[in-house]
Amino acid sequence: MASFIVVKKEDLEKKQNVEPCHTLRCLTSELGCLTRQDGSVSLSQGDTTSLAVVYGPAEVRISRELIDRATVELVYKPKVGLPRPADRKREQIMKSIFEATIITNLHPRSSITIILQETEDLGSNLACCINAACLALLDAAVNMSFMVAAVAVSVADEGQIKLDPSKNDEEKGRASITFVFDSVDLNVVSIVTSGKFSQIEYKAGLELAREASQKVFQFFKDSMSRKLIR
Amino acid sequence: MADQYRIAQPKDYYRQFLEKDVRPDNRGLGEYRATVMNIGCVSTAEGSSLVKIGNTTVMCGIKAEVAEPGVDGKNGYLVPNVELSPLCSANFRPGPPGELAQVLSQNMADLIADSQCVKLENLCVCPGKLVWVLHIDLVCLDYDGNLMDACTLAMMSALKSTSLPVVTVDEESGEIKTDPSSRTLLPVSCCPVSTTLIVFDNKLLLVDPTSEEESLATGAVTVVTEGKNVCSIYKPGGTPLTDKQIRDCIERGFIRGKEARSLIEETLCSVDR
Repeated sequence: MASFIVVKKEDLEKKQNVEPCHTLRCLTSELGCLTRQDGSVSLSQGDTTSLAVVYGPAEVRISRELIDRATVELVYKPKVGLPRPADRKREQIMKSIFEATIITNLHPRSSITIILQETEDLGSNLACCINAACLALLDAAVNMSFMVAAVAVSVADEGQIKLDPSKNDEEKGRASITFVFDSVDLNVVSIVTSGKFSQIEYKAGLELAREASQKVFQFFKDSMSRKLIR
Repeated sequence: MADQYRIAQPKDYYRQFLEKDVRPDNRGLGEYRATVMNIGCVSTAEGSSLVKIGNTTVMCGIKAEVAEPGVDGKNGYLVPNVELSPLCSANFRPGPPGELAQVLSQNMADLIADSQCVKLENLCVCPGKLVWVLHIDLVCLDYDGNLMDACTLAMMSALKSTSLPVVTVDEESGEIKTDPSSRTLLPVSCCPVSTTLIVFDNKLLLVDPTSEEESLATGAVTVVTEGKNVCSIYKPGGTPLTDKQIRDCIERGFIRGKEARSLIEETLCSVDR
């Protein structure tokens, strides 16, 4: 039942002509790529790929049970080795994003588990993971108060802002910022930064990322409608 | 009566106060708790400090040891570790570090890397042979919210007071000699300061939350500033904030940054070396 959807193909062609700093890399998704889960998706942003899986609402371990809402659990699996503290931090960030997104009060005493597997990290990995998890939640038809879209930007040494940086841009740049927006008012749900930057650079990055987030939301809608119409 | 109300309806209890722009502990919404700092309190450590923000108490000790460098041959190591034992709060259990402790340790490591306050090449003793490893141990003694700010302040003040013994390596025999009588200060190029705010009822921003306020919060933002630059804005999920609210957070961060840096400088001056 897997389907391979390539959206933004025209954007990809345009990208070769237009200034490459202000465009997202090509987004592709495969909804329902696994069969035993309630929701699963494999999402690639350019060459960065991650696999997200959702189980739930399901039974919860007694020790983690909350009487008024569902427990959101999130597990991040790195490509090689055991999870390190940096991965724990990533888990915590994503967990609190989805705790705010999912309407947990609808399912008291149950658990919603999101599992993320990093398949290829070639820049903007956190953003890719968040987008994949959001799409997987949509695939699992979990009730959410809003969708989230993550967009990363990097700041080069001369202050130039690059949208959706590749691994190379991230390493060369002075700073990188990942913004997460909600789908209702495009307000900022989450910000994660690394490296030093000025307030002007932050503002420029925010504007650029906010504009790009609309494309990500459109991509979510396209992916879902293709899945449902088929 | 008020105590029962506080336990039974904590959110309503807070709302009554916040309507009048004051918090139950008599602070304004943008006000920090009193910050107390003591530098050099652990005489066996290379650098140490004790920081109190209100009741939250964090002690930082920096121990140095020498080790062989990695493949690049000249970079030393900084190993921050935050310990949250059952001593500081009933929320923590004995055993391996919990999620919060791991995330805080990672935040401390990221803070050093982002701000470049201690350059790893400055920790080189003898290129290709010997480098310093600084173990930064942060122990929470009393947990009453806002650990991130207390840990940052404790770590930076301890780093600023760290002095390392002079070590020489004999070229021929490879023997390592330490001269404990002469010490050099660790070069710390800048001093990042973090400011944490929480979101209450999806709209109000409260600076420097207590643990009670943290448990009622619908989101948190931590801004780390250094001079005129922002080192990090860390908002892990929670309520979406408007641009203006985030701008307010950043501005508050700069004000706190100035205060905290002058506090560190003053305390450093009062310590006799």
